[in-house]
Amino acid sequence: MVELRAQTPLDDMAPMTIGTVTLAEVDLGVLTSIAPYKGQGKALSEALKAAHGMALPGPNRATGKEGARAIWFGREMVMLAGPEPDAALNAYAALTLQSDAWTAVQLSGDGAEDVLARMVPVDLRAASFKRGHTARSLVQHMNGSITRTGPQSFVVMVFRSMARTLLHDLQRAMESVAARG
Amino acid sequence: MRLPCPICGERDHREFYYQGADVMLHRPDPDAGEAAWDDYLYLRANVPGDHHELWSHDAGCGAWLRVSRNTVTHEVTGAELATEVKR
Repeated sequence: MVELRAQTPLDDMAPMTIGTVTLAEVDLGVLTSIAPYKGQGKALSEALKAAHGMALPGPNRATGKEGARAIWFGREMVMLAGPEPDAALNAYAALTLQSDAWTAVQLSGDGAEDVLARMVPVDLRAASFKRGHTARSLVQHMNGSITRTGPQSFVVMVFRSMARTLLHDLQRAMESVAARG
Repeated sequence: MRLPCPICGERDHREFYYQGADVMLHRPDPDAGEAAWDDYLYLRANVPGDHHELWSHDAGCGAWLRVSRNTVTHEVTGAELATEVKR
């Protein structure tokens, strides 16, 4: 039997550091979008807590930690990133497997905020966008998701089909931030 | 221009898609008669001043909003979810 290996959207790109900012592709694990049924938000949150240890995030928030996150992904929509979703969640929400549909990168280091400031029309500075905050917004011309995972680190997600464009745009922004010294 | 999304907060207009006047929220009954349907489909008042419009928060939460905007001053005075507008 041939051993097949899953290819990541950026083809296992090596981490890239330009100036003080590092860009790395991240494997978020299994991605499942969770769309709660009408009026089931509270019950779903309890089930999510019991199964995966995090509450259902409200708008513009993410819960959980590295390896198992629930990221708010739009109106009545949350993305579970990491674990295989527990079957108990099926009673309260429509679950859709999205693992191969998204490109995820981590942008970290001093100046990561400045890089994103060139691409995202939302104030992502620490004063207004803290750890556990997330936003659905534009990443250059792509619809994406931006989540702060630490004081100097963000996870950025766009559709898988736009992986190369994301890489190109981020690299350009990192270079121009680094050029300013 | 920035629009106050009730879910995401104040956001840049680039994130939104513009649909036009909020006529779709005032769809007449199927048996309302020709005059009402003619009015719904074709006739617009186009009065300068305060206006209700539909915008989709495409690059954000994805919700349809009813935005109140003054077409003379371009002042945006509010926005609510289209699902919460009384019909």
